[in-house]
Amino acid sequence: MENLTEHFLELVRLTATDLPPDVESALRKAHTTEEDGSAAKGALETILKNVEMAREKSTPICQDTGTPLFYVHYPASMSTIALRKQIRDAVAMATEKAYLRPNAVDSITGKNTGDNLGDEHYPTIHFEESEGDELVVELMLKGGGCENVGAQYKLPNTELGAGRDLDGVRKVVLDAVNTAQGKGCSPGILGVAIGGDRGSSFLASKEALLKQLDEKNEDAALAEFEETVFEQANELGIGPMGFGGETTVLGVKAKSTHRLPASFFVSVSYMCWAYRRRKMVVKNGEVVYS
Amino acid sequence: MIKLTMPIADEDIRNLKVGDTVLLNGIMLTGRDAVHKWMIDTFIDKKRSPEGDDQEVYDAIKPLLEGGVIYHCGPVVAGLDTGEYKFVAAGPTTSIREEPYQGKVMAHFNAKGVIGKGGMGAKTLAACQEVPCVYFHAIGGAATLIAQSVKKVLGVHKMDFGVPEAIWVLEVEDFPVVVTMDSHGASIHQDVEQSSKAVFEKLVA
Repeated sequence: MENLTEHFLELVRLTATDLPPDVESALRKAHTTEEDGSAAKGALETILKNVEMAREKSTPICQDTGTPLFYVHYPASMSTIALRKQIRDAVAMATEKAYLRPNAVDSITGKNTGDNLGDEHYPTIHFEESEGDELVVELMLKGGGCENVGAQYKLPNTELGAGRDLDGVRKVVLDAVNTAQGKGCSPGILGVAIGGDRGSSFLASKEALLKQLDEKNEDAALAEFEETVFEQANELGIGPMGFGGETTVLGVKAKSTHRLPASFFVSVSYMCWAYRRRKMVVKNGEVVYS
Repeated sequence: MIKLTMPIADEDIRNLKVGDTVLLNGIMLTGRDAVHKWMIDTFIDKKRSPEGDDQEVYDAIKPLLEGGVIYHCGPVVAGLDTGEYKFVAAGPTTSIREEPYQGKVMAHFNAKGVIGKGGMGAKTLAACQEVPCVYFHAIGGAATLIAQSVKKVLGVHKMDFGVPEAIWVLEVEDFPVVVTMDSHGASIHQDVEQSSKAVFEKLVA
């Protein structure tokens, strides 16, 4: 099979330096809603200027280039061993070119590997075989600040009066946003998973984030849930950077997954405004990035 | 817009109020999780004795921190192979992780400011009043833009902590920040937390 290392490198560069159009447009819209002269508006102005400059200079939007999370949908004709090696090579090359900060730290010794190559979980690569002959690779770079304010709840939650229904889910998700304040680099985007076990629930909360911001949820109940949480999270008034203001979140993306009768987990992955995710599609030797 | 140059005088710090936008000039140091723990363990609480280059690094940074500023930042740096360092991306990291250490560090070194994002808690706010010093908020994620204010990398210590965790000595020009915790006990973070809590309680009632 073809060596795609150079293309993976381009995917990493693009993701780290060029914010996707749907996110930038949500930030521009937020900028118009904040009061003139407010700290919130000033923060969004700086953010938008930075987005343009990073694109122009091809340098990282944020210095925390995050955990590289790859989602690979590969055709039966491709080897995951070869794909993994090429992706890892590309990540090391991207680090050398300063598109990525060296971020892989040994949890026991505290040593940074210097090239973003850690054990089999770092970088994280999810493989899924798909029908057809297309290779689709999505990359999300998720910074530590926003990952740290993610949360998992178990329903019912007596303290918050949250039962095992969508209204209970709404309450715990709002709690996560309120607890995060500006620390996850608001305005954020919420990836919400309802159900699963602890592990699959967090996994699903990140998958929810792969959707476009303006994409309506196919499930009517979840679409309504997303809209309600979006409005109410913004009513909290935490604002960009936690300075206070109209824009606390840019979007809410929810996904439900089956659970055991005994468990009802809700997981929230908080994504910072620097919502770096890009996609590449390889078909008939042609590579398209979006 | 207020312009300040490090070392900063106590009087200038007392004049700052939350909401003020400030442009910082001169020399500042980066320091985050590993550095704060190292400072506390080795030189403030003295839980361990200085080893290797510990004392040498301490002696080098101490005069720079007198009236100086600590920046919570783990940068992307170019030129790691040649030693001709250049800051490529250098926004702030979340400050609250340093809450157990910050007040003591500011007092020990008589540092006048700490730059980060997300704000800090009651212990740091109390230190701001006593030392005095302030918390400067930089815009999280605005890393390429902020890196333009770093005119020169003057040196680096503790590279064994890794690039993000090392102590980078920087010369900055018009580095943009907002005062969100001042030396008079005011904190934008505390205010926003209180008002959002009231809204939250209504929404989940």
